[in-house]
Amino acid sequence: MGTVLELRGLSKRFQEQVALDDLNLCIGEGELFSLLGPSGCGKTTTLRLVAGFEEPTAGEVRLRGESLAGKRPFERNVSTVFQSYALFPHLTVRENIEFGLRYKRGGDGRRRVKECVEMLELGDKQGRKPEQLSGGEKQRVALARSLVVQPDVLLLDEPLSALDPNLRSQVRAELRSLQRRVGITFVFITHDQEEALSVSDRIALLNRGRLEQVGSPRDLYLRPASRFAAGFLGPVNWIDGIGVRPEKTRIEAAAGGAGARRMAATVESSTFLGNCLHVETRTESGQRVVAEVARLDGVQSGQRVEVAWAAEDEIRLPE
Amino acid sequence: MRGLRELCLAPAAAVLAALFAAPMGILAAYSLMTRGAYGGVATPFTLEGWRRMADALYVAVLIKSFVVAGISTALCVLLGFPLALFIARAGARKNLYLALVMLPFWTSFLIRTYAWMFLLRDTGLVNTVLLGLGLIHEPLPLLYNWGAVILGLVYGYLPFVVLPLYASLERQDPALEETAADLGARPVETLFRVTIPLCAPGLRAGAMLVFIPCLGAYLTPDLLGGGKTILMGTLIQNQFSSARDWPFGSALSLGLMALVTALLWMQARRKGETLP
Amino acid sequence: MNRLLTLTAVSLYAFLHLPLLVLCAFSLNRSRFTVWEGFSLDWYRAALGDGQLMEAALNSVVVAVGATLISTAIGTLCAYGLWKRESRAFTLPLSLTLATPEIVTGVSLLAFFQWAFRYLHMQLGMHTVVLAHVSFSIAFVVMVVLARLRTFDRSLEEAALDLGATEWQAFGRVTLPNLMPGVIAAALLAFTISFDDYVITSMVAGVDSETLPMALYAMARRGANPAVNAVSTVMVVGLGALILVSERLRKR
Repeated sequence: MGTVLELRGLSKRFQEQVALDDLNLCIGEGELFSLLGPSGCGKTTTLRLVAGFEEPTAGEVRLRGESLAGKRPFERNVSTVFQSYALFPHLTVRENIEFGLRYKRGGDGRRRVKECVEMLELGDKQGRKPEQLSGGEKQRVALARSLVVQPDVLLLDEPLSALDPNLRSQVRAELRSLQRRVGITFVFITHDQEEALSVSDRIALLNRGRLEQVGSPRDLYLRPASRFAAGFLGPVNWIDGIGVRPEKTRIEAAAGGAGARRMAATVESSTFLGNCLHVETRTESGQRVVAEVARLDGVQSGQRVEVAWAAEDEIRLPE
Repeated sequence: MRGLRELCLAPAAAVLAALFAAPMGILAAYSLMTRGAYGGVATPFTLEGWRRMADALYVAVLIKSFVVAGISTALCVLLGFPLALFIARAGARKNLYLALVMLPFWTSFLIRTYAWMFLLRDTGLVNTVLLGLGLIHEPLPLLYNWGAVILGLVYGYLPFVVLPLYASLERQDPALEETAADLGARPVETLFRVTIPLCAPGLRAGAMLVFIPCLGAYLTPDLLGGGKTILMGTLIQNQFSSARDWPFGSALSLGLMALVTALLWMQARRKGETLP
Repeated sequence: MNRLLTLTAVSLYAFLHLPLLVLCAFSLNRSRFTVWEGFSLDWYRAALGDGQLMEAALNSVVVAVGATLISTAIGTLCAYGLWKRESRAFTLPLSLTLATPEIVTGVSLLAFFQWAFRYLHMQLGMHTVVLAHVSFSIAFVVMVVLARLRTFDRSLEEAALDLGATEWQAFGRVTLPNLMPGVIAAALLAFTISFDDYVITSMVAGVDSETLPMALYAMARRGANPAVNAVSTVMVVGLGALILVSERLRKR
């Protein structure tokens, strides 16, 4: 799998503030790659540097082996789906989708427009103005508009955040299948770990402008490289330096059995969450351990129990 | 991308430089020269133009300008507040009522001033009606006095004070007034203890918006005051027309500019209360 | 208290509007004096037949159209540049031009033109009036257009660049069309203030460039003349309509 997009030592400083610090990444052909991190981690800055809306303070972006240094946004064959979708309000859906044709010639533009309109099921919406569209439809128009120019890389800035929450998982799946169909590299910007885990081939986790870890969703979740990575992808109990996810933690009757992977604890509270029981306990050494267990009976506050886990579920941070 | 922005700003920069900065510079230079025999200026350079501003005669004009502008501003605030309050509480028709205040303001300053001449002159409507009703036997001298000037200024600039007052009243959380009422304040007490203190920023901005143009007003004192009411604006105009003393007129203009700038600066220093 | 407030407001609206309404009403009076003698359009005919007045009106239209075109173009570009990045080097002088007393603007431009023309061998005339009007209307244009731009989503321009348009193409095809209502509103406002100006115009006008406000001023000083009312009525209605359209566009 060849590399399409490469970031080399990419850094961006806004006055005194370091937004991005020495980011190195290689993104492969046809990959769905996510840039994940909390707000202010540098993911949006990365997107803007790739698209060309900002110039890096140091380092460079390379597209298909060619440096983009000094190239303006309209000279770069990448396209962005904006968080707000940025549909031109004075143009119809059709005119929005055709917008880029005038500048990015080559190939059969008309046919591409037709294909994109069909693929994104916008056939009956073409005469409408953006204000007459629902959130999901706007997003599809933005996608079509970007795909028509046949970018090497499509950048999607928090594409699900403007959508109704109960629509998100459906759109997530649609985006995934769209990407498979068109085969274009997608770079997906998100702050939502569940979103990133569910759609990505690979994820780069950013924190405070630095790369924390890059790898498959499985890698990141099961073998996080740092405490931050472990915590960002889901809750973790830290017990004497070892991490265990709540759903891997068991609650067992206080049998007094001793062992490396069990520990006496007292139940502090338990909350019924529907699909599981959320139990908060405290060990004798005062550490808080949370377990999410399928068993729905028999746990009461103040009860003496043992928390236990399997060796293969432990998260071990590299030294 | 930098280049485009600079290209867009360049024509405006040229206009500001040629038609604002340069004329002010010329005034500064002229204010330091001697008056020419037939208007204009001549050498040698002198501070005479500036020195004359300290003459008792001209200090009196300055004081009079401040007094007239002050009275007009006070009246504008006094009348503008209830109007702004009425509009802010008008519900759905707010915008209509606000437009009714702003419309005459934008229409024509000259004609609005002329309207008062039409009403107030000896053969004007007010005198004609009063004579017709037999209430008076001689026309009242309503025009060409200080009262007419202040009336004209208040009429001209009242909308200036309504707009910022309305804006700050509009922003006020109605729950605050309700809370005051809830705590036992009667409507008048609520007005003075809650509503008015809260729109102090709007009051200051509005007062400044009226005071500045009143201080330099020329057309209103000229038309409604006749030749009898000399204010700063009239004095400056005289230097460039009948008196033909350009150096003194230039010094006066820059003095007035300095006052206006100082007032603007005082207002701009208050955070978030800049003039529109 | 509410009734008291309403009563006060109604009287203030009367104060704001009655003088103009009365002025307009008496333009339709048959008599030369302020005694109602019946309806007539004589004073409109008199105004139309007054060659000097009509020439002044034509001058005013020419000046206002010229100044509006120039100041709208320059002001819009300036607002666009300032929207890209604010600069106090522009906003401060612009707000200063708004606050400068008209008479000071007038005399400074007069002094400047007189000085410059000694070298250029030119005279005061229509061109100086247009230039003067450009100088004081630009700030209004910038204010109105900038207010419009502040509601404009920056990512729309970035989207256009992203799809391959250059900065100028993005400006022309995306930003300007969305800005148009604001630009037209600004132009109408500039036209109104230019058409109405007396103080500055009277300082920089030459012998051949008397404008309508100058003619009205001279007639008003001379004494009662219902033809002034007739011209005033036309101006109030015309400029009022422009302002209403301008406000509508600004709110859109």
